[in-house]
Amino acid sequence: MALDQSFEGREYPPDTVYEVGREKIREFAEAIGDLRPEYVDPEAARAAGYADVVAPPTFTMIVNLAVINRIVNDPELGLDYSRMVHGDQGFEYHRPIVAGDRLVVRTTIEKIMSRAGNDFINFRADVVTEAGEPRATTRAQLVVRDADAGAEVGA
Amino acid sequence: MSGVQVGDVLPGIEVRVTRRDLVRYAGAALDFNPIHWNEAFAREVGLPDVIAHGMLTMALAGRVVTDWGVGELVSYSARFTRPVVVPNDEVGALLELSGKVGAVHEDGTVRVNLDAKFEGKSVLGKAIAILRV
Repeated sequence: MALDQSFEGREYPPDTVYEVGREKIREFAEAIGDLRPEYVDPEAARAAGYADVVAPPTFTMIVNLAVINRIVNDPELGLDYSRMVHGDQGFEYHRPIVAGDRLVVRTTIEKIMSRAGNDFINFRADVVTEAGEPRATTRAQLVVRDADAGAEVGA
Repeated sequence: MSGVQVGDVLPGIEVRVTRRDLVRYAGAALDFNPIHWNEAFAREVGLPDVIAHGMLTMALAGRVVTDWGVGELVSYSARFTRPVVVPNDEVGALLELSGKVGAVHEDGTVRVNLDAKFEGKSVLGKAIAILRV
């Protein structure tokens, strides 16, 4: 089952604003077992030079995934969500994300390819504030596993 | 530079991941793919059992760098090369997370090569953090 190649190069402009909240950062920090003071204590964060509590390095997946899920559920793309796993992930950090940031995400499908029966789709997302200040650039590769390929790749 | 040298070993950590941790991460990250919490679904799509979110493993490996407390993160990337299978018990899956300085660059950045092992095998590939020190 091949993906619709015409999706390669498509850009998805921001359609929502995500406001980063202190409690969401705390919840995320708890889930990764990392309650550093600058993640959970506004005083400690300010003392460390941040405007408010700062988000852990992989926090932007919350906004990345929301966009990716909308794209991969587009029936025209032809992606079998049930066979999808995460192939790789990258983050480039421009400025720390802090509570109160209002984030928007511009997502691009950089590449679609097929190899050994598996389909691969690469996303790039530019995470910026509503005012246009860069925060992070993220890259994700999703793999749609061949029905017979077993569990040799991905998570 | 802050005296960081190639070959420096960062303090490693060991983390047990249980189903409860997966559910908690799913809620926190809003990542509700059923392969991370529904055993029947996971098996139906050819996985041995429920598997951990790759992003949870990546976040845990990232703690090796943030716990080290040296420098500021410039970039962080990893491939997910093997699934972390999480059984439905209180023991869960044991992850061994480690890191080593792989390069010190002239521009004031260092490369940390991270590793995450489950049952003795690496589950992340090319897990690299670049820090400005």
